Amino acid sequence: MRYLLLIQINPDAAGAAGPDERLAEQMGTLLEDMTKAGVLLDTAGLRPIEEATRIRLANGKQTVIDGPFTESKEVIGGYCLLQARSKDEAVEWASRFLALHGPDWEMGIEIRQLDDPV
Amino acid sequence: MTRSERPQVLNHELSPSGRGRRAAEAAWRIEWPRLVAGLTRMFGDIDAAEDLAQDALLAALEQWPRDGVPPNPGAWLMLTAKHRAIDRHRRDATFRRKLSVLGGEFVIEDAEQPLPASVDPDLAIEDDLLRMVFTACHPVLQPPARVALTLRLVGGLTTGEIARAYLVPESTVAQRIVRAKRRLATEQIPYEVPSGEDLASRLDSVLNVIYLIFNEGYTATSGEDWVRIELVEEGLRLGRILTGLIPDAPEVHGLAALLELQSSRVWARSGASGTLVLLADQNRSRWDRLLIRRGFAELGRAHALNHQQRRPPGRYALQAAIAAAHAMAATPEETEWPRIAGLYAVLAQRFPSPIVELNRAVAISMVDGPGAGLELLEAIAGSGALSDYHLLHAVRGDLLGRLGRDEEAATSWRQAAELTANVAEQNFLRDRANAGVHRRARSAPTIDPL
Repeated sequence: MRYLLLIQINPDAAGAAGPDERLAEQMGTLLEDMTKAGVLLDTAGLRPIEEATRIRLANGKQTVIDGPFTESKEVIGGYCLLQARSKDEAVEWASRFLALHGPDWEMGIEIRQLDDPV
Repeated sequence: MTRSERPQVLNHELSPSGRGRRAAEAAWRIEWPRLVAGLTRMFGDIDAAEDLAQDALLAALEQWPRDGVPPNPGAWLMLTAKHRAIDRHRRDATFRRKLSVLGGEFVIEDAEQPLPASVDPDLAIEDDLLRMVFTACHPVLQPPARVALTLRLVGGLTTGEIARAYLVPESTVAQRIVRAKRRLATEQIPYEVPSGEDLASRLDSVLNVIYLIFNEGYTATSGEDWVRIELVEEGLRLGRILTGLIPDAPEVHGLAALLELQSSRVWARSGASGTLVLLADQNRSRWDRLLIRRGFAELGRAHALNHQQRRPPGRYALQAAIAAAHAMAATPEETEWPRIAGLYAVLAQRFPSPIVELNRAVAISMVDGPGAGLELLEAIAGSGALSDYHLLHAVRGDLLGRLGRDEEAATSWRQAAELTANVAEQNFLRDRANAGVHRRARSAPTIDPL
């Protein structure tokens, strides 16, 4: 089964000055562990939300809005696509990812199973 | 119902104890193969290692729900298992005797020292897992025993899960594993990574075991379904793990490339209710682009390492190159059959086998016509090597059909249907035989690449 980990970060509580070297290194080690365990299929971090654009459809009409989107408290900062044998295993890897971050971080991970192709 | 009337759904927050229990089980499952591999080195016995790993789980299930999951669950479980070993060593004379006989590397004094949190034991653990891989795939064991032991000890599957995947009773798998372990003990197989001249042939055995696991899932030899996804996923996972354990062996990446590329088609090659869809009939938009991309990356690594080590591509890299050629064709008509036939020719020359020849006959039929393919096929059939292999007859049926020899084609397809134990394949081949006359125009092979 595949699980998408959507990493949501509160930009106002994202470490003192964003991810420092130590965190980056630990994250690299964890991602390597996940790769070696045959779990990590794909991962990437996302550019800041200020650069984002939203396009919406409502009542048959499309609207395009450029950032910044100040109303959102938590924004998606990156994702991991995992191959795991159960959701609990995906939760465990997500928990290891969160554990790397110190007390000045406020973040969450939404874990969604991918639908099997029909 | 308007939005405001919708009942408020409370998010279900797991209680600390519920979270601890689930986390303990998940972490244990993730860590189990490395834990057992490490403990086997220390105690010289797989059974003792499994017992101690089980003890560590029980301790985790007791403590984690109460105290929270430790920051490094793997190290915690290993340390706990070692402490349990010391307890048992003190209290249990039988255990003491067993250890003294086994001659593992375990030294009680060492184990009294708690693992410093800063030490990264990963490197040693990786070596242990690699020792386990080579031990489970040791040539002294029969291939089915290697497969069962690898799935159990490296994949971390339970005997029940292995039994379900192979459609056999659990007791069969359990017995196979017990006998395999006994064999390793009586033959005094050293728990080590082979070196020197041994390494190449031992690595071949490891790659073959993973390939067998994957293939049984990809084209099930028996049962109702044409594909068994759990075995596909497990084979692929083992292939990926191996690339981390032996990153400098080109064929490890060649095999990983092959499995990624084959897996990319797994959902497209199985129709509604498990029926079989051939490569030429597959909806290519359903091929998994991510797995294709990963397959190409692995193939690139295999090529780079071969180049670096001045080696010609091995059997898996060659097969992966064939799978890649199929992956590159947006439509069946765009398939580069001359390139594929060329790759099969290299494969046949370097690693001769009647199955490779059979696949080459298909490729030749797509380049030079069904007559040329049939000529090669009859040469293989004449040797008698594949007379009981259903795909020999399926391909013959296909080639005869394309030559307009419908009666003979139908006979071959019926013969093929009788020779396979897979129900989906039987149905497919019988349908082919019955519809033969009306489907003469089709020019697609009845066999998929290796």
